[in-house]
Amino acid sequence: MELFGNLGLGLETALSPENLLFCFIGVVLGTAVGVLPGIGPTATIALLLPITFTFEPVSALIMLAGIYYGAQYGGSTTAILINLPGETSAAVTAIDGHEMARKGRAGPALAAAAIASFVAGTVATVVLVLFAPPLAGVALTFGSPEFFSLVVLGLIASIALARGSTVKALGMIVLGLLFGTIGQDIYTGTPRFTFGVRELFEGINFVSVAVGMFGVAEILKNLEDEQTRKLVTKKISGLWPTREDFRRMAAPIARGTALGSALGILPGAGHVLASFGAYAIEKRVSKRKEEFGHGAIEAVASPEAANNAAAQTSFIPLLTLGLPPHPVMALMLGAFIIHGITPGPNVINDEPALFWGLIVSMWIGNLFLVLLNLPLIGIWVRMLTIPYKILFPAIIAFSAIGTFSLGLNAWHVFAIAFFGVLGYALIKLGCEPAPLLLGFVLGPLLEDHLRRSLIISRGDLSIFISRPVSAVLLTMAVTAIVIAVLPTIRRKREVVFKEEEI
Amino acid sequence: MPEARRALKDILAGGIFVVLGIAFAAGALAYDIGSPTRMGPGYVPLVLGGLLAGLGLLVIAKGFVAGEGDAIGDVDWRAVVLVTAGLLFFGLTVRGLGVVGALFGASLLAALARSQTSLREALVIAAGLTALSVVIFIFALQLRLPLVGSWIPV
Repeated sequence: MELFGNLGLGLETALSPENLLFCFIGVVLGTAVGVLPGIGPTATIALLLPITFTFEPVSALIMLAGIYYGAQYGGSTTAILINLPGETSAAVTAIDGHEMARKGRAGPALAAAAIASFVAGTVATVVLVLFAPPLAGVALTFGSPEFFSLVVLGLIASIALARGSTVKALGMIVLGLLFGTIGQDIYTGTPRFTFGVRELFEGINFVSVAVGMFGVAEILKNLEDEQTRKLVTKKISGLWPTREDFRRMAAPIARGTALGSALGILPGAGHVLASFGAYAIEKRVSKRKEEFGHGAIEAVASPEAANNAAAQTSFIPLLTLGLPPHPVMALMLGAFIIHGITPGPNVINDEPALFWGLIVSMWIGNLFLVLLNLPLIGIWVRMLTIPYKILFPAIIAFSAIGTFSLGLNAWHVFAIAFFGVLGYALIKLGCEPAPLLLGFVLGPLLEDHLRRSLIISRGDLSIFISRPVSAVLLTMAVTAIVIAVLPTIRRKREVVFKEEEI
Repeated sequence: MPEARRALKDILAGGIFVVLGIAFAAGALAYDIGSPTRMGPGYVPLVLGGLLAGLGLLVIAKGFVAGEGDAIGDVDWRAVVLVTAGLLFFGLTVRGLGVVGALFGASLLAALARSQTSLREALVIAAGLTALSVVIFIFALQLRLPLVGSWIPV
């Protein structure tokens, strides 16, 4: 079978000593940032991107992917131990996980999270292997009008699932698209919005936008009121869950994995939605409803399985359609482009070693995480004691030098400051930063496909609805907006995200 | 003024959209707009700028009808100014002072952004971070950046 040949190629790539090393470094760094509250995977990946420039493309992508799913793992550790989710998707884990820790069962809670994540990661990797190639096959038949509509759908769907005001989110997308137009026009070479600054001709770097909006803005927000972190347990004993725990975990892990794998493919906050959804489902089907909120192991296992599965399957739209479903994937898209590879349906045929190597590395990475997280939990706990007063200047210093090294261009550093302040202001005014970054990264693609389509159709806009695939995609986009605006669904959505505040 | 206060968040957010939208649209007019068949460099920014301004107005209108209500909260101006200053300092001095000087200045300014950090602590943090960054970026990752810049005679 072809599949096994492909997986063999993937194994060969992923198991090469240097790729194993980069995968390992990636998951360690990922776990570390997942553990550290105040710096998320988006900012970290943006910070580390410049470092990976000199690597082989496949090694760079393996490491960046490792950071991402490693962070999903690490986020649950802080959620359980200090009730402070390192990542949004770990917010539900904190509810019951932290209760377990307070009752002296931190060990089994951490183990449940690790085992659930590993099982989910393994299954989701299989899903990726099975579904990516056919989807890429479909996308190969797409022309510019279809890609234009696909990008529109991707952008709009990403906000249908996000929290907060839909109109503001739309505004953030458009603002991102506009910032994306800065720099030389691809068709005529005219420099746009550069104010005569030569350094801006290449456009604003997406690393600057990501570090500013997700790193600096976050720091400014954290400095407003510093939370003191309290460890529940300094010592964790009795790591292994009991037989009873295992029995109770099995079905929730399966359900969480299924839900996460499905939702991960959707644009937007699929992994966040998946973990909240998984919690809700478990609460509904459980025979021990009264235990929920007081340390039910199901409520740790299922959301953890869901968010890890979703983290994995969110690679599907990126690898097959070139469409990033959330900010971290937008950065991955940028990483691909920096290495001269355009993500999309062609990757699977043009770069089979990279495609399959990356997928297989995810499974290996998940294995590393289980081996790493449980025995090394003490080190991660110690990392929590790094004071914020040292952590945040470090983020600023690293982002300055890292971004400067992108092209020895000081304007990349100025751009961080600009987007940091703008991001801080907009976040304070109730706007989410994610749509802006997605718009920024996809902007040039959208404009290119729009202009090409209209050259094909001689300026006739109806090309987008006369081609059936494009028409369907646009209809879905319109439906997504309607759903997002409809009051009843809105309210339900608020309820889903409300639990985060608890 | 309760209504206006309730809408303040939306008015400000919408206002930012309107101002930036108009700025981009106006800027786009300076470039060749072209026609739908042959779009010039100004076409897409003009359309998007108009769209953003429109969305901004919608956000403002929504603020008056159903404002989000919750307060914006205090802004830590000290943090905003010092963090920005740190980044600008790095960008402006990295060639002149070199990596060591620029990093030290940037992390010192950033460390001081937290009001509870004393100058003495900040100096220690900045020195430590500079050393760490030099080890990571220059020695381990072999970035070709001058440690000491052109302003400093060696």
